[in-house]
Amino acid sequence: MEDIFNGIEPQVYKSQISVPYQWWAGETASKFFITLRDEKKILGKQCPQCGKVFCPPKKTCTYCYVETNEWKEVGPKGKVLTYTIVYRQLASLKKKVPVACGLIQLEGSDNAMLHYIEEIEPEKITTGMQVEAVFADEKSASIHAISHFRPVK
Amino acid sequence: MEAAIIGIGMTTIEKSKIGATYADLVWEAVNKALNDAGIGIEDIDNVITTSSDFWDGRTISCMAVGDASGVRYKNCSAVEGDGTFGAAYALARTLSGDYNTTLVTAHSKGSESISSIITNAAFDPIYQRSFGLDMISASAMQARAYMHATGTTAEQLALVSCKNHKNAKDNPYAQLPMDITVEDVLNSEMIADPLHKLDCSPVSDGCCAIIIANADFVKKLNVKPVWIKGVAFCADAYFMGDRDLSKARALEEAAKKAYTMAGITNPQKEIDIAEVYDAFTYQELMWIEGLGLAEYGKAGTMLEKGMFNKDGRLPVNPSGGLLSGHPVIAAGLYRIAEVVLQLRGQAGERQVNARRGVAQGVNGLCGQSHCVWVLDKDK
Repeated sequence: MEDIFNGIEPQVYKSQISVPYQWWAGETASKFFITLRDEKKILGKQCPQCGKVFCPPKKTCTYCYVETNEWKEVGPKGKVLTYTIVYRQLASLKKKVPVACGLIQLEGSDNAMLHYIEEIEPEKITTGMQVEAVFADEKSASIHAISHFRPVK
Repeated sequence: MEAAIIGIGMTTIEKSKIGATYADLVWEAVNKALNDAGIGIEDIDNVITTSSDFWDGRTISCMAVGDASGVRYKNCSAVEGDGTFGAAYALARTLSGDYNTTLVTAHSKGSESISSIITNAAFDPIYQRSFGLDMISASAMQARAYMHATGTTAEQLALVSCKNHKNAKDNPYAQLPMDITVEDVLNSEMIADPLHKLDCSPVSDGCCAIIIANADFVKKLNVKPVWIKGVAFCADAYFMGDRDLSKARALEEAAKKAYTMAGITNPQKEIDIAEVYDAFTYQELMWIEGLGLAEYGKAGTMLEKGMFNKDGRLPVNPSGGLLSGHPVIAAGLYRIAEVVLQLRGQAGERQVNARRGVAQGVNGLCGQSHCVWVLDKDK
C-alpha cells in the first residue's frame, strides 16, 4: 500500500450469493433413486466391456469410455474402504458433530458410495468394517432414501 | 523445450489482506514480475489469468483482473483451477510461436468467503454434496486410506507440519512461521479424524504472477532465466469412490511424462529441490512418493531421517509450503515461483543448493488432477 492510503480505514462490502438451482439427476440416477424409494433395492450398473459394476451407478464406464448397460442389484451389505469422523462443526455440515462419513463398497460393486456411518460409537469404526444399508422411514427418491449405514450385527 | 521463466512476483501470503481487493493483489504481483524480468507491460504479448468464480464470488472472475494484468486489446484467456495449469496453458501459447511472452496470474482471497461452503460445492450435487463434506473432511478420508495402506503414522504426518512451519521462518512471504513440536500437532484440535488443526493448511489471501518467454526473447534480456524442461498434467476420476484414494496414480503419470520430457531417469538422484502441494500434512508425503522422489509408503521414514529438511538430501518445501500459507488457485504458482528463486540462488535465508527442481500443483478434491513442472538453472 502506498503512503497516501495511511490512516484510511478499510471498508468492507458484505453480501451473499443465493441462487436457487435444480439439477436434473439424469436417467441413470433417477432409476437408481426411484428403485431405492419404491423397492428398497440398491442397483448398480455394469460396464459391458470390463464387467465392472458401479454403485452409485454411472451412465458411462470410467475405465472403458462406453455406456454401462446392465442393472445389477448390489448390497445392501458392504465394507468401509475409508472414513472420517468430523468433530468440528464445519459450515458445510448438515448434521451435528460428531459426523461419521465413509466410502462404502457394496457387495457386488466395484466402486464406493459416500454415506453416513451410524448406530456405532464413531471411535469404534474401522477400515474394512462390514456395514449394511438402513433405509429411511421417510420416502424420498434421493441418496437419502438410504438413511445411513450401520455395522452388520 | 525452448522456453524459460523470466520473471516472478509474489504478494505476501496473509490471513486477511483486508486493505486490498484481489485485483490490487494481481496489480502488485504483476508489477513485481515485470520488474523482476526487467520489462514493461508493453513487452507482454498475451495473458492467462487463473481464478475461481466460487472463491471470488463473481462469475467470469478472470475478467475482473483485466486492468491489473494489462490485458486491454491483448489476447487474454483464463483457467479455472490451480495456477500451475494456467502456467501450462501459457507455456503452450509461448511455444506455439505466436507469442514471445505470456504473463500468468493466479489469485484468491480465502478470507472473503467461507472455505467449507465453497469446497463443499466441489462435490457432485446428485450423489454426494448433501452429506456436507468439504475439503478438510474429504481429505481426512484420503489421509486415513493412505495411512492404512502404508502404515504411515500420525507422528510422521505431524513432523511434516513441524518441518514446514519451521522453514517458513526463513520466508518473508509466509503466513504461519512457527516452531512447533509433534506433540503440539497431535494435541491440536481434531477437526476431521485423522486430521488435526495443525495437519491442515490455513485459509489465506495471496497472488502470484510469472512471465514465460521463448528462447529468442530471453536473449534480449539481462536476467537469469530458469528453463522449463518438462511439464505434464494428468487427471483421475471425478468421484472419490471411483479412485483408490490411498494412491496418487494421476500424479505418478504426470511426473513420469514431465521427467521423460526433461530427460530425467532417476528423479531421486537428479532432482535437488521440490515444492509440493502440501494442503495437508499427509499430502506432502503422498505427493513426494507420487513424484517418484520416494518409494510408495517410505516418505514418512525418509522424513524422520531428515532427508526432506532444508539441509537434507532433497529439501521439500523449504518455503514452508502451503501449511504455512495456502492461497488456493495461486498455491501451485507460488510453488513454481519458489523453485525459480531457488534455482537463481535468490531465495535468501531459505536458499538450498539446487540446480534442478520440481514444482507441483493440484486441482480437485483429494488430488484429482496434478500438474508437474521440472525446472532447470541451465538451458
